[in-house]
Amino acid sequence: MSDTNTIPAAKGERQHYVTTGSHLPMVVPKQRNRSGLQLTRWIGLSLFSFWLLVALFGPLLAPYPMSAFVSEQIYAGASTSHLLGTDYMGRDMLSRMLTGARYTVGLALVAALLSSLVGAGFGMLTVLLPYWLEESIRRIFDTLISIPSKMMALVMVSAFGTSIPLLILAAVLSYAPGAFRIAHSLAKNLATLEYVQVARTRGEGRLYIATVEIFPNMIQPILTDMGMRFVFIVLLLSGMSFLGLGVQPPVADLGSLVRENIGGLSQGALALIAPALAIGSLTVGANLLIDSLSNSRDNQKE
Amino acid sequence: MRDSLFGLVLGRLASSLITLLLVSLVIFAITSLLPGDTAQQVLGQFATPEQVEALRTQLGLDQPPLLRYWQWLSGFATGDLGRSASNGMDVIQLVNDRLPNSLLLAAITTVISVPVALIMGIAAAMRRGGVLDRTLNLITLSMVAVPEFLVATLAVLIFAVQLGWLPALSYVSTVDSLGAFMKVYAMPVLTLCSVLIAQMARMTRAALIDQLDSAYIEMARLKGVPPMRRVLRHALPNAIGPIANAVALSLSYLLGGVIIVETIFNYPGIASLMVDAVSNRDLALVQACAMIFCGAYLLLVMLADLCAILSNPRLRNR
Amino acid sequence: MQGESLIVRDLDICATPPGEDEHTIVSQINFALKPGEVMALIGESGSGKTTIALAMMGYARRGCRIAGGSVQLGETDVLSLSPVETRALRGHRVTYIAQSAAAAFNPSRRLMDQVIEGALIHGVMDRQQAQQKAIQLFGELALPDPEHIGNRYPHQVSGGQLQRLMAAMALITDPALVILDEPTTALDVTTQVDVLRAFKRVMHERGTTALYVSHDLAVVAQIADHVLVLKAGEEQEQGSVAQILEQPDHAYTRSLLAAARPPAQAPISNKHRTGEELLRIDDLQVGYGHCNRRGEPDNIVLDHIQLRIDRGQALGVIGESGSGKSTLARAVSGLVAPSRGAVQFNRREISPTLRGRTPDQFRRIQIVFQSADNALNPAHTVRRLLSRPLETYFHMNRDARQRRIEELMDLVKLPRTLLDRKPRELSGGQKQRVNLARALAAEPDLILCDEVTSALDTVVGAAILELLAELRRELGVAYLFISHNISTVRSLCDDVMVLYQGKCVEFGPCSTVLNRPQHDYTRKLIGSVPELQPGWLEACQWSTHTQPSTVAV
Repeated sequence: MSDTNTIPAAKGERQHYVTTGSHLPMVVPKQRNRSGLQLTRWIGLSLFSFWLLVALFGPLLAPYPMSAFVSEQIYAGASTSHLLGTDYMGRDMLSRMLTGARYTVGLALVAALLSSLVGAGFGMLTVLLPYWLEESIRRIFDTLISIPSKMMALVMVSAFGTSIPLLILAAVLSYAPGAFRIAHSLAKNLATLEYVQVARTRGEGRLYIATVEIFPNMIQPILTDMGMRFVFIVLLLSGMSFLGLGVQPPVADLGSLVRENIGGLSQGALALIAPALAIGSLTVGANLLIDSLSNSRDNQKE
Repeated sequence: MRDSLFGLVLGRLASSLITLLLVSLVIFAITSLLPGDTAQQVLGQFATPEQVEALRTQLGLDQPPLLRYWQWLSGFATGDLGRSASNGMDVIQLVNDRLPNSLLLAAITTVISVPVALIMGIAAAMRRGGVLDRTLNLITLSMVAVPEFLVATLAVLIFAVQLGWLPALSYVSTVDSLGAFMKVYAMPVLTLCSVLIAQMARMTRAALIDQLDSAYIEMARLKGVPPMRRVLRHALPNAIGPIANAVALSLSYLLGGVIIVETIFNYPGIASLMVDAVSNRDLALVQACAMIFCGAYLLLVMLADLCAILSNPRLRNR
Repeated sequence: MQGESLIVRDLDICATPPGEDEHTIVSQINFALKPGEVMALIGESGSGKTTIALAMMGYARRGCRIAGGSVQLGETDVLSLSPVETRALRGHRVTYIAQSAAAAFNPSRRLMDQVIEGALIHGVMDRQQAQQKAIQLFGELALPDPEHIGNRYPHQVSGGQLQRLMAAMALITDPALVILDEPTTALDVTTQVDVLRAFKRVMHERGTTALYVSHDLAVVAQIADHVLVLKAGEEQEQGSVAQILEQPDHAYTRSLLAAARPPAQAPISNKHRTGEELLRIDDLQVGYGHCNRRGEPDNIVLDHIQLRIDRGQALGVIGESGSGKSTLARAVSGLVAPSRGAVQFNRREISPTLRGRTPDQFRRIQIVFQSADNALNPAHTVRRLLSRPLETYFHMNRDARQRRIEELMDLVKLPRTLLDRKPRELSGGQKQRVNLARALAAEPDLILCDEVTSALDTVVGAAILELLAELRRELGVAYLFISHNISTVRSLCDDVMVLYQGKCVEFGPCSTVLNRPQHDYTRKLIGSVPELQPGWLEACQWSTHTQPSTVAV
């Protein structure tokens, strides 16, 4: 939304060129745009931090043990004793979701962090390595990026069976290459800049150049990228759980909760809708937040 | 200089082939070379060592890995994809039965989503900062992050359960009229389209805005060129490359989405075949399906690159 | 249609930067032009000159709006037109020539289609007539092969040709007013002369009223009748060209004039000049691409370069874009490896690449780049930028560094309060001073200056030049000073080397080479620099059609 914001044209030649019109008097629509941007940020921030808090403290707040059969009724609707109803076996949905969210958020956070670490680490490293090694690393990541993430996960699960470490590994193998690409091209571009050349003519070593001259200018784009990867990984892992190939019982993440209760579809069971909406609100919230943050940074740069 | 353009295209084709080869190597390595023993799995844990050994020999698992990779690969080239471990049928047969269904689903989705997304993207770019743009931005920004099963679930709840307009499950065999066809495909296509359109529309808008910000568009404006003509005649030709790329990337997303959609709607396509194969650990079938998906992905990306190369005036006319 | 009169009254333009409140960037601009007159808007970057010029077309860039005043073109009140009427005005009665023709032409459409588009949209003539008229204009603008050049794409013609094609595009509808926005700033001087001459002739023949936006007083002197001097969106002074050049009223105008006429080299009595050799280059060749059997690369950027710089001496290197002058600095610094030749420093051969140079050699040769934006790491503070060379070269402790950093800031005349700022919080001139201070921190013998004043406004650039001269007097540092601007070289350097297509065509003391050039190209280069007097353009006999040879004299 940032590009709706306005840019001063006073300072000479290199500007963004799109227009306001020619008329007097003219209303400048900028104030509204800014509040629009603020709104998405607030929605994003509150949704995302809500789920983060649930992941941290949810299990403590759960009214029932996650796998306790607490009700005679299956697919019960909302009631005072079961705020989100009961699931296909009569367990309390609220308790199951409070526990499941920890897996969804936690696994995705770990996998996103690892993806960015691996990707950005190799991306930086290639600037230091000799050309042939850089090329071979690039080739490997290029190959991995050509395997869609769900394919990678499915193939790996078919070979090894599913487990939490394997799911994380599959997510990292799928999403580190993208992080690598971004970090690598950033580092490559930064390495041609004049301040890096000045450092080279000062006789600085490659390690100094990579860590002190290049890296600090990469942090923000890498963090934004990590946010995007988090969203994708949540979608991937919940998708795998939804297919029954992800997190396995007795443990359950939000995706598994959707799968378990798919039998309630024909009656519109809350037990099905609640976890599906939960995942949606987590990913949408994170996406809105990242978008508004990266936009406001673009504006600062102007 | 036509030669150099030709060379560029040829180089792109070759690089795709090499990538496909490397991808096949990765898939083969994961599924065949690692400790999980196919023979043991097929026979179960009560089989005697002799039985396992016999099956290993029969399946060729005692041969060196590179030779097996070569056999697998050449089998692929000749259409021999091996045998399904779970029901003993030829993999090629299973794939042949299912692939057309998936292609049909993908084709319908593409035909609907691409024009809608392009129009949305162009409209948003033209009305940049306006109410339409901001509304579309919020919607698409949310839609790209929504899991397919949420869309599918909500669609079923609304159209099948609440309204009763559509059946909750797809059965291709019952299609005998246009009405029935629409009923069967409406929800799977709707689910796939919703995320796909959002993605493509966003990327189209971004690619177009990139061009609309350039100096030559300001020049066109200062020549008195009307807005529609500025976008369609001036900006769009220069945005073809990025837009083609956006479409290819989004359609490759379709490959992932189709897995969920075929499963949830019980649609007899190749993606649901693969999910079953993964559950049964039917490796030959998994390999074949994975190669088909990865090949399709690479094909799309390559086509987009070719579009970008051919639409670039610097490369086209020297 | 002939030129019409233009009257601007009380023009105000406001801008709203993101996250800030609206403020006025142009206020109370008044001027009037009779038909056929040319008005120049003069000012530095940020003075609002382009913003004012665009308002003549009822146009304000994104984030700006025309807040008040009137623009009267002939009988038309431009600012009160409806959007449709405004569109009909643009590209028909008022046309625009942009600074960067390379960016202003659509890369994917043929030149002819773009040149005649305005005429067709506004229904001035049919396609056939428009094409004929375009070809006629191409001829008048001295474009090569006027019949067919329109069939090409923008990337297939040169920058100077594009600029003339844009003039054809602007003139095809016989507009009442043409706006020229720094139309020759991006061009080399030798190209600029031709383009200016072509512009002037066609505009004169047609009696076009024009608004000429520029930062270059000498260029304006050739083409304008009146001058309006702007600073920060306000008029400083307005008058005829002769009056502005000869009797400027306003102090700001005088400072602009002074910066445009740098004092011609007061011969420097330099106590540090001992005649001791510092840098010597023998038969240097630099190129890129694959090497052939004799070890010569495919594309040779520099060839047969010989030069010598003594301690405390300043050698200027002049040349146009593509002459290889920046490559020379890179080769000396070790950033690019030469394919032949040797570099001697302090009478000892040094490694041609970075690998193999000693820390002391690194310290003694420092490089300062053109764009201070890219030369200073945006993530670091000024303090950190300056302390790193002190650490690496002198292993100073914290206190010693602190003292030295403060000395350096004094040396380049920057307040110490800037020490904890990051580069983006500094102005262009301040950044370039930090850039210099970082080089000085190494206490070098030689500083390679690559276009250090080119990205700066003239007044700011003049101050940097002065600083460079002062540092040389006080510290005895030698310069390899690379520039495309002859007057900066004249005011700073002892010797000068003229590069043309990678070869040295003339070398010698500034006074000799620049005052009595021997080689054709040097003469052309010097002769093409506009002088601050009207009528110079008519007197100048140089043109690109006389192609000099590359044989050295």
